[in-house]
Amino acid sequence: MGALWHYFLSNRQQVQGWAITTIWLAAVPLAAGLALALPAGWAASRFRWSYPPLVSLAGALYTIPSLVLFLLLPGILGTGILDTLNVAVALTVYTFALLVRAVADGLSAVNADTLSAASAMGYTGRQLLIGVQLPLAVPVIGSGLRVAAVANLSLVSVASIIGTSQLGQLFITGSSLGILTPIVLGLICFVILALCFDLVIRLAMRVLAPWRRAVPG
Amino acid sequence: MIPGLLSRTTPDPGDNGLPGLHRVPIWFNDPLNWKGPDGLLAYTSEHIVYTIVVLAVAMVIAVPLGLLIGHTGRGSAAIGGSVNALRAVPPLGLLILLIAVISPHIHITQGFTYLIARGSVPYFIPAMAVLLVLAISPILTSTYAGVQAIDPAVRDAARGMGMRPVQVVTRVEFPNALPLIMSGMRSATLQVIATMTVAAYAPLVGGIGRLIVDGDQDLTSLRYGYPAMVAGGITVAVLALAAEGLLALLQRRVVSRGITGRYSTRREKYERHPPAASRGARAGSARRMRRSGQLSHT
Repeated sequence: MGALWHYFLSNRQQVQGWAITTIWLAAVPLAAGLALALPAGWAASRFRWSYPPLVSLAGALYTIPSLVLFLLLPGILGTGILDTLNVAVALTVYTFALLVRAVADGLSAVNADTLSAASAMGYTGRQLLIGVQLPLAVPVIGSGLRVAAVANLSLVSVASIIGTSQLGQLFITGSSLGILTPIVLGLICFVILALCFDLVIRLAMRVLAPWRRAVPG
Repeated sequence: MIPGLLSRTTPDPGDNGLPGLHRVPIWFNDPLNWKGPDGLLAYTSEHIVYTIVVLAVAMVIAVPLGLLIGHTGRGSAAIGGSVNALRAVPPLGLLILLIAVISPHIHITQGFTYLIARGSVPYFIPAMAVLLVLAISPILTSTYAGVQAIDPAVRDAARGMGMRPVQVVTRVEFPNALPLIMSGMRSATLQVIATMTVAAYAPLVGGIGRLIVDGDQDLTSLRYGYPAMVAGGITVAVLALAAEGLLALLQRRVVSRGITGRYSTRREKYERHPPAASRGARAGSARRMRRSGQLSHT
């Protein structure tokens, strides 16, 4: 434990820089993927014929291994191989793939009686979507977001095989120097970050869907 | 006005210092890249064999354990919690940790056939252990979730018919949970195929990941560099899609039609296109109800 702390203190600047990059690389794609998945998922739930193709497209995107996408994107975007943009774009694709289904299922699972009641109260199409359907779908979308957040973090570390500079470099450093301390420190950092992301999303869900607190579970 | 900006809007394949993607078909077209112990064919067959072995071992461990947990209802909280925590641990970090901790204690130097190279066993074991951990968690969770999702009345009926607990598990719970078990199996397969490329970070361990990890040494090389990495990547993606398709077919074959309800196609057709007389009754809310009902069981 003392060795870990010592290592952290003596490499503080570097580790902090890597941690900030890692947080950005996991958080920005999460937001971008959600922003793309909301309209696509809405389309899949509104127009029933578009559900199977959209969900299978998302499934196919998710089968592309992350390392492959990190490598293909420089060729497609013309970016350098170490550019963090590759990682950000790849993770956006995965987040989108994970969330399309969650958004579509969440919107569709809203009780038909609830929707009838809302439209009887005078809610029109868009008000119904934003005022009733979307808030009621928050728990489903949120649980998809929690899975995506943890997956993103773990995929960020994969990018360090190619050499992008983030917390995954702790593993590479430990491996090339043959010392355990940075490896263990890296694992601890990733687990802590995953817990933090999870906590933030759960808090956001509590704020956006406060009625869930009234019903335990 | 700003030359850097202008050149960025029209990406030239060569401006990032890498051989362009047009080198990839050329790489595939060269028979020398396919043959031999460092060829694509050898790497692909290693990749497939390792994947099958890892999945088989994971199934043997996870399915009985999942059935046991689902049947007794004991330990599901502990397993669920540890599986969730495991997901937060990056596989690459776990692999490097295991290599650093256990590889020096393995003293097997010989190889086994072409699949396991000489001297690779100390690295092979940690790599497979990481993949195994990765594969077990989705199969385990989906198995016990599948058993727990069974209508209690079904289980009661089986017991009421005089089935012994073992029979209830093998003849009722297992077949009923099979669709979910298969979906856990499918996500485990995808993860193993994808993470096998990461496992090549362990020295000497075969599989398509070798092309990717070794290609990073000299990116500009037309035979071993970036084109080989992308070609390997495309092969992995094709493998993943093929495995997904095969498992979907397998699922159709092994899951009882009594559970999927696929034998009632004629009735479904009737419901989807009802005779003209009943169409008039289609109010908006009824349609919405049917829609949500349909999506809830897909």
